Amino acid sequence: MDGTTPARPIAPELRAEIGDLYAEYADTLDCGEYERWPELFTERCFYAVIPRENHERGLPLATVRCESRAMLKDRVHAIRETQMYVPRWFRHVIAAPRLLAHVDGVVTTRTNYAVFETQPDQLTRVLNVGRYEDEIVRDEGRLRFRRKICVFDSILVPTSIVLPI
Amino acid sequence: MDGNTAAPAAAPAARTPWKAGDFSHVPYWIYRDQDIYAREQARIFAGPNWNYVALESEVPNPGDFKRSFVGDKPVIVTRGADGAINVLANRCAHRGVQLCQEHLGNAKEFVCPYHQWTYDLQGKLIGIPFRRGHKGNGGMPGDFDLGANGLPKLEVAVRHGVIFASFDRAVPSFEDFLGAKMLGYFDRVFDGRPLKVLGYSRQRIPSNWKLMMENIKDPYHASLLHVFLVTFGLFRMDQKSAVQMDDTGRHAVLVNRKGEQAANEATQEMRAFKADMKLADPTLLQPQREFPGDATVVMQTLWPNLIVQQQSNTLAMRQMVPRGPEAHDLLWTFFGYADDPPEMTERRLRQANLMGPAGFVSMDDSEVMMISQQGLDPYPDATAVIEMGGRDTVDADHTITEVALRAFYAHYRQVMEI
Ligand SMILES: [Fe+2]
Repeated sequence: MDGTTPARPIAPELRAEIGDLYAEYADTLDCGEYERWPELFTERCFYAVIPRENHERGLPLATVRCESRAMLKDRVHAIRETQMYVPRWFRHVIAAPRLLAHVDGVVTTRTNYAVFETQPDQLTRVLNVGRYEDEIVRDEGRLRFRRKICVFDSILVPTSIVLPI
Repeated sequence: MDGNTAAPAAAPAARTPWKAGDFSHVPYWIYRDQDIYAREQARIFAGPNWNYVALESEVPNPGDFKRSFVGDKPVIVTRGADGAINVLANRCAHRGVQLCQEHLGNAKEFVCPYHQWTYDLQGKLIGIPFRRGHKGNGGMPGDFDLGANGLPKLEVAVRHGVIFASFDRAVPSFEDFLGAKMLGYFDRVFDGRPLKVLGYSRQRIPSNWKLMMENIKDPYHASLLHVFLVTFGLFRMDQKSAVQMDDTGRHAVLVNRKGEQAANEATQEMRAFKADMKLADPTLLQPQREFPGDATVVMQTLWPNLIVQQQSNTLAMRQMVPRGPEAHDLLWTFFGYADDPPEMTERRLRQANLMGPAGFVSMDDSEVMMISQQGLDPYPDATAVIEMGGRDTVDADHTITEVALRAFYAHYRQVMEI
């Protein structure tokens, strides 16, 4: 999707609601309310965290690949119950979304983000920087992501990505 | 031979000595001393060993190249006009500039941006601007030999689509280097079918490279650390397994067979086992048998820089690039076969969720690498205990053993003369 004019103008109310969705996304994760994170997606959704080098070469391998809301829940379960990781804080900083298109009830956006990570005994560092390539729909009366691809520039990952981008 | 400085004296005088013949204790100074690091670069990575650098399918056409590493030294893997593979030092013969900055690409020649010295795909120096000077001024000396000033070329071995390189002319054949047993396991995944790269993953892990090698030679931890492996029976001590080494001890395989998610006497000692855990979306783990025999996971460590991963249907090369004594990069190349049906590719991509920097399994390991280094680094004179399964270095038909670590250190000490 390039930066062409939306097929239908996006109403200011919808624009504001999309802004709220991103604010909720960042706040939910950074407050550690991981159980609420899958609720920001439609039941049938696709979420991937993919290195920019793979994305640009058309290589499909993703660092995280969830093909349904249920798979997002499995990620949350892993964070809570199964994975060993050093505790840390995440901080998402999400820029204003660029709205690329609004067709058949689907808003396509492209949005810059940065995720900072703070571990005990270490200086805060940039963990992951990139852009979200998203599709947003109205579902059960609210906006949700039906597709979210986190394309990251920071392809040399410092140690691990333990929490959702 | 390229830049191998004379090795410094080993076992720094101020350090706790490492008792001769003791492979079941490892002093922590080997994970953090700079002189050990330099000695490893010279003797191991630049020594008579085959370092993994690329897959042939990454450079399918003449002129294709890939940037890679041998130890911490950057190299370029090229396919020449003749179709043959070359591995060249990524360093201009003039002033040392790193010529190639792109991960993958296609080129007719390599031109150094600094003074435009130009090399062909075999590393031969083919052009120097103002070589003859200008109007009688300057120029290179008349006896300057282009032929003697190319990019240093490494020895190359290609087997079934996998490319290895060595700075040492005295390196044995790849087949002899692996030995029959390890070659058998290598050919199990690399059976000659063309490979297809699915994508890359890269991590900088703040630990010595040997801790990563040890991790994949250690089946004991798999039943304890990894809830995912244990719960879903992907790798567990109560399943039919084997730990095997080559004659030198430098290479190893861990072999396991998938079992059931059922509690038994053995799972009682595994706190990681969760009898009632279910995936909300079980399509994540629906492995399909694709290799001969009943092994469902074979993890092979090839001295000095490669892990070949076959866990269910997720296949990857994990290349280690040491970054000083206290860090290494782990470069993952996930692949399948060119003739995979789309469902198999999907399966591989889904199962890749187990691996890499956010993997349900591998994340546990990268986190452990980090806190291992943090724990041992301030205590160089203390030692690790590697006595699980005994003090010997012979193959085992179970996983409650650290034998492959002992075998690794038996070889390591011989090569390093420490
Ligand atoms: Fe592990």
